[in-house]
Amino acid sequence: MIRVEGLIKRFQGNAVLSGIDLEIQQGEIIVVIGPSGTGKSTLLRCLNFLERPDAGRIRIGNLDVDAARPRKADILALRRATAFVFQNYALFANKTALENISEGLIVVNRWPKDKAYARGREILERIGLADKADAYPASLSGGQQQRVGIGRAMAAQAEVILFDEPTSSLDPEWVEEVLGLMKQLAEERQTMLVVTHEMAFARDVADRVIFMEGGRIVEQGPPSELFSAPRDPRTRDFLRKVLANQASLQS
Amino acid sequence: MNVLDVDYMLQLVPVLLSYLPLTLEMAGAGMVLALILACLLAVIRVLAIPGLNALTLLFISFFRGTPLLVQLFLFYYGLPQLFSALTEINGITATILGLTLHFSAYMAESIRAAIVGVDRSQTEAALSIGMTNGQLMRRIVLPQATRIAVPTLMNYFIDMIKATSLAFTLGVTELMGATQKEAAGSFLYFEAFITVAVIYWGIVELLAWLQRRLEARFNEAYQR
Repeated sequence: MIRVEGLIKRFQGNAVLSGIDLEIQQGEIIVVIGPSGTGKSTLLRCLNFLERPDAGRIRIGNLDVDAARPRKADILALRRATAFVFQNYALFANKTALENISEGLIVVNRWPKDKAYARGREILERIGLADKADAYPASLSGGQQQRVGIGRAMAAQAEVILFDEPTSSLDPEWVEEVLGLMKQLAEERQTMLVVTHEMAFARDVADRVIFMEGGRIVEQGPPSELFSAPRDPRTRDFLRKVLANQASLQS
Repeated sequence: MNVLDVDYMLQLVPVLLSYLPLTLEMAGAGMVLALILACLLAVIRVLAIPGLNALTLLFISFFRGTPLLVQLFLFYYGLPQLFSALTEINGITATILGLTLHFSAYMAESIRAAIVGVDRSQTEAALSIGMTNGQLMRRIVLPQATRIAVPTLMNYFIDMIKATSLAFTLGVTELMGATQKEAAGSFLYFEAFITVAVIYWGIVELLAWLQRRLEARFNEAYQR
């Protein structure tokens, strides 16, 4: 289980996160929605310590970190407990698909190479890219690169995978294959915290949807409730805009 | 105009080539030492280590801002005057020292640029899976920075090989010094210097070929 308490992050004095409290059960799939610049990505980046929070407490399993005064070992442990999927894939350009996935097992978990590559191949199989083991990122499509990015996160066997707008920089033709893989992970009850603008994914896959605005969690609940009967006017306003936009695309 | 004495030139080639190892030794030693020093300086600059950063900037400014010949004279003639222990400094050592310091100043900047040029998001990805800073540098950043730096570093190496010819001003009989002596004996200056020019040119072309091979190898991962 993951518990975040009073997480605060400021950039040059501006609060981007103004006290986030969040609990995530094992196997839970949470989607975070909200307008741009409301701290959704910052929340994910703080959980992974890519950004250093100014205050708060993060607990994952036995790990209990005072976010304002983390020890170096805490940061590494926290990063090992949380895997990250980046908007722009961020694959290691000098490594093949297989090496990208196995790299963490070899370097961070200190597995022997053949064991790490065997696991890497299993994961390539699961993400449907078994034939691309020796391909470098530059030769892969955007969708394939992001699937390798997800594969890299899967290999980490983290408590939770954090997805930071995983389909936002993809060409539309590749979005479905990435969302499909995420659904597959959700069905396997991989704990996930997903920031996305894909409302259909949120509705179909999430156990809980969180609406954030202004660095705060405004409202949260099961997608059936949040989408059909949002309580807060800000949630209503946001959903009206987004859903109108998506409906106009479909018609 | 006299006809070129081709026979003399052909005789000269093996004589001059026997001095090539010394030239290559000075350039090789200079390159290895300069690379090590340049990496240190580059890391200091990238991490902006307080104090050391300012010293590094001063070092780079001085060794980039003054002629190599001045620096060589400073080490060979100047230092022994200040430190009597250095009276024994020989021309070869002074040349290697000069080449190292001079070229490390240039190379530090190109290595720094190469490190900074590695896509920042890959750094975040490496940290996100729990790599330490050292692992990140060794496994992700430096291999890619090397690829970016190879063309400019090879340029400096080529420049350094030619710069070893300045050692003859410190009394070292290397390729250039030997040519000078041969020419003074035969009075066939043109033949002697065109021969040594072709030898330098040949070495540099060999290196350029090596550079192309290296670049092709490093670029394998980046083919679409």
